[in-house]
Amino acid sequence: MYRYDEFDRIFVAERVAQFRDQVRRRLAGELSEEEFRPLRLQNGLYLQLHAYMLRIAIPYGTLSSRQLRMLAHIARRYDRGFGHFTTRQNIQFNWIKLEETPDILADLATVEMHGLQTSGNCIRNVTADHWAGVAPDEIEDPRIWSEIVRQWSTLHPEFSFLPRKFKIAVTGAPNDRAAVKVHDIGLRMHRNADGEAGFEVIVGGGLGRTPMIGKTIREFLPKRHLLSYLEAILRVYNEYGRRDNLFKSRIKILVHEIGAAEMTRRVEEEWAQIRGGALDLPIETIAGIAAQFSPPAYAPQPASVPQIDALRFAEPAFARWLKTNVAAHRKSGYAIVTLSLKPEGGPPGDASAAQMDAVADLADQHGFGEIRVSHEQNLLLPHVPRAALPALWRALGGLNLATPNAGKITDIICCPGLDYCSLANARSIPVSQRLTRRFNDLARVHDIGDLKIKMSGCINACGHHHVGHIGLLGVDKGGEEFYQITLGGSAEGDASLGAILGPAVSSAEVVDAVETLVETYIAERRQGERFLDTYRRVGAAPFKERLYAVA
Amino acid sequence: MSKTQPSLQILTANRLTDGAVVYLTAAGTWTTEIRQSVVAREEKAASALLARGQKDAESAVVVAPYLIAAIEDADRPRAASLREQIRAAGPSQPVADAVATAVGLAYP
Repeated sequence: MYRYDEFDRIFVAERVAQFRDQVRRRLAGELSEEEFRPLRLQNGLYLQLHAYMLRIAIPYGTLSSRQLRMLAHIARRYDRGFGHFTTRQNIQFNWIKLEETPDILADLATVEMHGLQTSGNCIRNVTADHWAGVAPDEIEDPRIWSEIVRQWSTLHPEFSFLPRKFKIAVTGAPNDRAAVKVHDIGLRMHRNADGEAGFEVIVGGGLGRTPMIGKTIREFLPKRHLLSYLEAILRVYNEYGRRDNLFKSRIKILVHEIGAAEMTRRVEEEWAQIRGGALDLPIETIAGIAAQFSPPAYAPQPASVPQIDALRFAEPAFARWLKTNVAAHRKSGYAIVTLSLKPEGGPPGDASAAQMDAVADLADQHGFGEIRVSHEQNLLLPHVPRAALPALWRALGGLNLATPNAGKITDIICCPGLDYCSLANARSIPVSQRLTRRFNDLARVHDIGDLKIKMSGCINACGHHHVGHIGLLGVDKGGEEFYQITLGGSAEGDASLGAILGPAVSSAEVVDAVETLVETYIAERRQGERFLDTYRRVGAAPFKERLYAVA
Repeated sequence: MSKTQPSLQILTANRLTDGAVVYLTAAGTWTTEIRQSVVAREEKAASALLARGQKDAESAVVVAPYLIAAIEDADRPRAASLREQIRAAGPSQPVADAVATAVGLAYP
């Protein structure tokens, strides 16, 4: 894992000291809220529905057990005992006190963490494939490049006041697990005809009020040019991005307005001026960062683990968990394990301090002390010896973290909604809870198969509803909560935006509506088809008929 | 509610030091209990509340004061909108209960 160098350490320590003084001046009345607001936001401190909310960056979703224990400590000492993992691989605490924030940031700094780049019109915390470094299909660990982008983007003087926030996602594998096509810039590693690894550069994707699938402006960018090429894109955006209209200020609007070809032309023209300069990193620098992400010291593992087969027959729940929450690892004898933060009736993405501490212990015991956060709001242990799976499963069950539903209908991406968020128009967590209770028969959940429900409490789409196989968007109709349904979205390699199915349904109707959609799929599906495949084959009509016929 | 009936309003903000949701009382102090807030029955009174809130914002007592619509139950005000009801009481009960069961906490 990446460890801070001297520069990182000094910089973060200085930031804490600066913020401590800024908070002191604010509490003494020397700074107005107007003056203070941008300063607190630059450290991840928002004012939310209930109190201040602190968003802590988890760069590319990688945590050490020591860092996770610190998050548990913060939940316990400074908040109400739990935290919320977000779709940007960050964590949020909902009841933070301004007067305690400098101490929290100082505590975080001891484990090389902070709240930088989690707010404001800067290049935000970079996200990456949560299977980074362990996926069998991976060409190169995307965290190497995510970390390089982090070092370049943090405090970048030219890009600290962009027209709007800017999100970059990286995948080092041909199969996209990082939703790169719905980011301002998505980077997808692949090999060219000569076998050289480089990036497909995708620009102008995004969700929110104007959802867009990103456009590929360069099929193949050699890795060494990554920073100069990103700098060229950011320069074009900084110059031509719509600062006149908040709703048109994201790069997706620029790309949409001028077109992908013109965007490419402007970026390439800018790049011609700066390529080959200081931003083309020396091979030693890249190698130095890559070394920090080298695999742990895997030990030889037995070819087969008889206990797994025994338990699989004895415990159907274990068999299901193996199917959904355990994935193949690039190293034989090891597995990638998803710890579901989507238990029946639970708020998606929430974890208590006790769970965080216990997961940190399990990571130390079974997984080289490493934890991942996925944009689907689950935790993962990326390096578990297969022989440890039975013991791990039992331990996770005791922590309510073993629901065998990764990728299934109840693995819902869900924003905090009106229960926590100032921007929301409707609640999302209670709908998610009701859905997980309705679909609580695991045999049925597994029969339904891969189905992604994503839900947002407002048009800003933090819950990625546009790219859900079933998307739910909360809207306020005359003071009542309604939910607009979209079908056919996908955030993966076959990215697509969902289409609105029909009139929004009431809160009382929404769970039945989802069940009707699922039953329609079951009736229509062919062998091996996922919900999304069936929808793409038959279109919206059967779903529409079944759902609205009765109304 | 007829159009001529004046709407009831109360003033809310967040306390500067800890961000707690607070409401202005008749005594001019801030309380976390919405039931203890002072109710403005016409626009002039509401403007006076807002002016008072802005003064307390300038003197670094509260942040972001604003007026909200209220309803009176047995002479005690409560928030009219779902958003403000959630602000006053915390995450809606099913969510609060679910946090407790899902993550094994005694929810405050």
